[in-house]
This record gives sequence, C-alpha cells and structure tokens, in this order.
Amino acid sequence: MEIHRFESVWVLVSIVLILGFIGTVTYGAVGIGIKMVDDAGGTIDDPANPATSDAFRDPGVYQTGQNEYEVYVVAQQFLFDPGTSQPIRLPANSRVTFHITSVDVIHGFEVSGTNINVMAIPGQIATITVDFDEPATYGIVCHEYCGAGHHSMEGRVEIVPQAEFDGGSQ
Amino acid sequence: MTFVEDYPKEARIVRWSFAVAFVALGIGGLFGLIQSLHRTGVFRGFVSSTDYYTVLTGHGVLLVLVFTTFFIAGLFTWAVTRSLDRNLSYGVALTWFSTMLLGTIMATVAILAGLVPNSGISADVLFTFYAPLQAHPIFYIGAVFIIVGSWIAGYNYFQAYWGWRKENQGERIPLQTFMVLMTFLMWYLSSIGVAVEVLAFLIPWSLGLIQTVDPLLTRTLFWYFGHPVVYFWLLPAYVIWYTVLPKLSGGRLLSDPLARVVFVLFLLLSTPTGFHHQYVDPGIPEGFKFIAMTNTMFLLLPSLLTAFTVVASMEHGARQRGGEGRLNWLRSLPWDDPAFVGISLAGLMFAAGGFSGMVNAGMNLNYLIHNTIWVPGHFHLTVGTAFALTAMAVTYWLFPQITGKRLRFRGLALVQPYLWFIGMTLMSNAMHRGGLAGLPRRTAEPLYQDTGAALFTPIIGTIAEMQFQIAIGGTLLFISLLLFLIVVGATWLSARGGTLAVDGHIPTPLSGAENGPLILDNLKVWTVIAILLVALTYFLPLWGMLADGILAPGSPVFPV
Repeated sequence: MEIHRFESVWVLVSIVLILGFIGTVTYGAVGIGIKMVDDAGGTIDDPANPATSDAFRDPGVYQTGQNEYEVYVVAQQFLFDPGTSQPIRLPANSRVTFHITSVDVIHGFEVSGTNINVMAIPGQIATITVDFDEPATYGIVCHEYCGAGHHSMEGRVEIVPQAEFDGGSQ
Repeated sequence: MTFVEDYPKEARIVRWSFAVAFVALGIGGLFGLIQSLHRTGVFRGFVSSTDYYTVLTGHGVLLVLVFTTFFIAGLFTWAVTRSLDRNLSYGVALTWFSTMLLGTIMATVAILAGLVPNSGISADVLFTFYAPLQAHPIFYIGAVFIIVGSWIAGYNYFQAYWGWRKENQGERIPLQTFMVLMTFLMWYLSSIGVAVEVLAFLIPWSLGLIQTVDPLLTRTLFWYFGHPVVYFWLLPAYVIWYTVLPKLSGGRLLSDPLARVVFVLFLLLSTPTGFHHQYVDPGIPEGFKFIAMTNTMFLLLPSLLTAFTVVASMEHGARQRGGEGRLNWLRSLPWDDPAFVGISLAGLMFAAGGFSGMVNAGMNLNYLIHNTIWVPGHFHLTVGTAFALTAMAVTYWLFPQITGKRLRFRGLALVQPYLWFIGMTLMSNAMHRGGLAGLPRRTAEPLYQDTGAALFTPIIGTIAEMQFQIAIGGTLLFISLLLFLIVVGATWLSARGGTLAVDGHIPTPLSGAENGPLILDNLKVWTVIAILLVALTYFLPLWGMLADGILAPGSPVFPV
C-alpha cells in the first residue's frame, strides 16, 4: 500500500496528538486527582424512598469533621431538596461531599461555576466531593429535561463566612 | 446516460427517500427556528414553555432520525447501484421504504399530538427518551419501525453485493459499496442496543405489561447506540467527501486503500465508546469510563486521516485546474459551484466540530461542559453541518441525475451554503461559549428566574450577546434551509428535457484498490473483531447492572 511521505508524518502527528490527549486526561485523573462520579455512592432498592436505604440519609447538610460536610440532596419534579425552597448553606474553607439522587425521573444537578455537574438517576446515588474556599452564591440548575416544568427547576448554594455559619440544617 | 435513465426504479426509490427526508428537514428546521427564538427570549409567541419540549422532541426526532435515515437510505441506494452497476431488488426496496415511512408517521403523530389539547397522546420525551419519563406506545413502536426499516435497507445493499460477488470472484469490492457495507455492519452492531431497550423494556412498560424499568440500564442501552448513531450519520458524508468531492474539485481521490482503512477503523471503534456520554453518571465504575475515553480518542484517528486525504484531493483537483503556489491553489477551486461549496464548507465546519468533540471526549473535562449548551453547539457542527450541509449540497449534484431535470435557481443554490456557514458560525460559537459559562441545554428558559443571567460567568462576552447571536444564527439557518427547499421543489416541479449540467462519472483514485492488502475487503474478520471489542467494553458493566435484577432498581411510570 502506497502511503505518501507527508501522510506518514500526518499519521504520526495524529497518533502523538491522541496519546497526548489521553495523557492529559490521565494526568487529571491520577496527578491532580479529579475523580469521576462512579458506583461508589451505592444504589437504592426503592427509588421513591431513598432514606430507607443505608446509603442515603434524610435530605440536608451534615457536619462530619472539622471542616467537612456531607450534603444529601433529593431531586424531584421540579425542585431540589434542599436547594430550591431553602438554599444549601455551607461555610467557606470547607470540603463538601454531595450525595444526589432522584425520586422520580432522571434529573441533572449542575452548580454553575464549579465542578459539580452530575446526573441524578432514580435508584443510583451520585457522590462528588468539592472544596469551597470563598464566600459566594452559586446557582443550581437541572440540566436534564425532566418534564413540563423543567425550566423552573433551580436552586442555590450559599457559601458564607465561617463566623456566620450556623451549623448544618439538621 | 444519467442514473435515472440507466436505473429508473432505483432512481424512483432515491427520489421518494429524499422527498420524505426533505419534508422532515423542513418541519424540523422550522422547529429549530422556534426554539432559537424562544429559549433566547427574542420571541416567545409561537408556543408556551411547556410546549417547547414538544417542539424540541420534534426537532430531534425529525432531523436526526427521519431526515438522516431517509437521506442515507436514498443516497446508499444510488451509491450501491452505481458502483456495482446492477439493480437492487425493488420489492425489498419498497419494503424498507414503507416500513420506515409507517414508523415515521406513527412517531410524528405521537409527538405532534402533544400540541393538541386533550388529545391524550404525548411523546415529549426528546430524541433520547430516557425512562422513566414515558411516551405513548405508538412513539416507541414508530421508532422501532424506522430502525427495522433501516435494517431491511441494509439487507437490500448486501443482497446486491452478494449477487455481484457471485459474478465477480476475486475482484475488489467497488469503493462506494465497500463504504456502504462497512457503515451498515457498524449500524447493525450498534442499533441492537436501542432495539433491546425499546423492544424488551420500553414498549412492554408503556403497554403496562411490566411495571418498572431500571433507568440506568435503559439509559446505558440507549448510549450503546447513541454514539455510533452519530457515525451512521457521518459516514455517508464521508462517502461523499471521499468519492464525490475530489471529482467536484477537478481531480480524483488520492488513495482508495486508505479510504478503506478509515472505514474499517470506524467499524471497529464506533460502538465501544458509548460511556463517554455517561462520564458523570452514577452507578458506572470509573475504569469503564476510562476505557471508553481511550477508544473515543483513537476514533479521532480515522477522522484526522480523512482530513488529510480530503484536503490533499482538493489540492490535487485545484492543481489540475491550473492552481499554483503554496496556498494560492485554493483560488482555483470551483467556488461558484453550489455542490462543491456546500460540501467543502461542511468539511471545514466538521474540523471545528472535531475540536470541540475532543473536549467532549476528555473525561474529566466533562464536568465543565456536560449537558450545557456547548453540546448542541458541538453537534450542530457535526450532524447539523457536516452531515446536513453535505446532504443538501450533494443534492444539487445528484438531484438532476435522479430526476433527469436541470437544477433551477442555481443562484439561490449558490447563496445557500454560504448562508448556512455564516448562520452556523454565529449560533455554534455562541453556544460553545455559553456552555463554558454553564448555560444548560434542553430548556425553554435557560436563565435563573429571579436573578437572570447574573449567576452565569462567561469567559468572553455576555450572556445577552450570546443569546442574541443564537437567535440571529438560527434565523439565518432557517432562511438558508428555505432556499434549499425552493431550489429542490422548483427543480422537481419543472419539466424534463434540455441538457443536464452535471456529469455523474466518478474518476478512479490515483492509487487504486489493487494497491491495498486483500484483508481490507474481508468483512467477516472486521465484524468479528468489532464484536469482540464491544464485548470487552460492555460485558462487565452491563453484567453489573443486571446482577441486581433486570428491572431493578425499578422505576414506575412517569407520563409526560
């Protein structure tokens, strides 16, 4: 098979480019430690009642360490609990693990301006850990079509100074 | 002799397929215009925000299921007949055409009934129809008919190939037929996923025969099909880029064997990549996502090879036409030929779409852009331009050959691809930037209701400016689409006669098939390897989802 010299060079450059991409993704995963959402969150046998599962608690914010918090969020048509009727309040300089599930259809859970961007799937728990360094207000948006009122499904995350934080919602 | 004179029955099947495709394109395009004005807030008078999702479902299904499948089936009917120089079975052709048409009518009725108050029928589940949102059963049954019809179309092509093979032992498969067969082998392998999802789960569930389905399992089966389906759209564009574009440029394809290598790579790598649509799904171990990521990255290789061959073939053509210099040859290309202009601009936009696709493939980068409007920004460059604009442009060249009629309104036809290019540049650029700011896709009202755009932080520009560009871009695209439909409609309605301005001859490549190893034509070997790769990628994760029960964790029905 004849392959022109330029084309051989092009193929070589292409393969280097592809290996480079795989390298950067691998570095992100192993070097920087950006973990993908996976099956570690566990499953829920009765998707409509997540708190009956050992892997999920009543929705809310729980302090689990000095600067460590766990947040359990239920997505449902067309609100986040907590998040929509009352914002998710957390202190600055905290490490927060979100546990997210849905009790009806598939939803999305995106906190714009952060790395939090996961799917909320009935029966599955999405778990993601992030650091909040500064006080700020973020919007939560459902980014998966979930029914007629999808565009109204939103919420807030409020990061407040440590001094103003009044503990978890529990 | 034109195609319609040599093969009148096949030409009729191509015409009918194109007719359905273009009607779907017109309606789907109108829905696109409504969306681009509604979600940007420029004009909300067409539909309510609730009915927006009916329109969005129609846009998706009519364009990426109906327009694509019918156009591809028609195009491949031409390509196989022409390159084998033999008839296809007319009975089989009528069977697939009517099966696909029946499915299209069922699915379309189910979707559009959503706009009729109290119709009791609705299918506002979007093109991805994730359970447990549930559509009316006739939507799912219609989708099955479209897919099964496309399988019968594949049989039509294979049957012709087998007949040709009997009479041509030891010959190389003609290039266009080889490409069609590889595309369909990939399609058979990948559409099994959606067939199982719909037949085993969604139809029985929508009829009330089973009470629950596992949302993650059905979603995974969808994406088993949902990524390769984009190659089912793209490879027909590649068929044109490899076989028609070099001719329109004034030259010939550089290398037949390398074109075959590219299609073999697509058969092998298209399917074991679906998890890259589920990078941020819970319930799927990270390792499987990583494997899908590497497969996806290697899938860049055949597209990068294509970029080289296509540009080199264009340069060869330009030099045949007297072009000279390092880049000056670009001026010698036929920039006044609508078919050439549309196909080459589609290829150029596909390069941009390829770059945003590389970002999509980057596993951990997905946290940044997943389900943001970046994603539709990406696929309007790929299926929405690389495929759609190529399809429209090649129609300017092909339509006279299948109708025996001279192309009307050639001036409008020439404006059309340039207008599409400008409209898509505006819309897609703004969509990509909006996605980086976190603007969600698939919503009637993307902004937060009480604080507006303030919670989104664009890197460059403002949210308002992006919204405006999306609306302008969508409007230009719709005008471009109208021009296309006027040209095709006027040509179709005109009288036969006069001399055709096109010639359907496709010159042989500079390096012919005989220079490639024989194994390239061994369909069995590549099929077996492709199946093995799919098994390696999907067996363990699917087993993990099935181990707790096929229907568990189970979700009941949530009608739309």
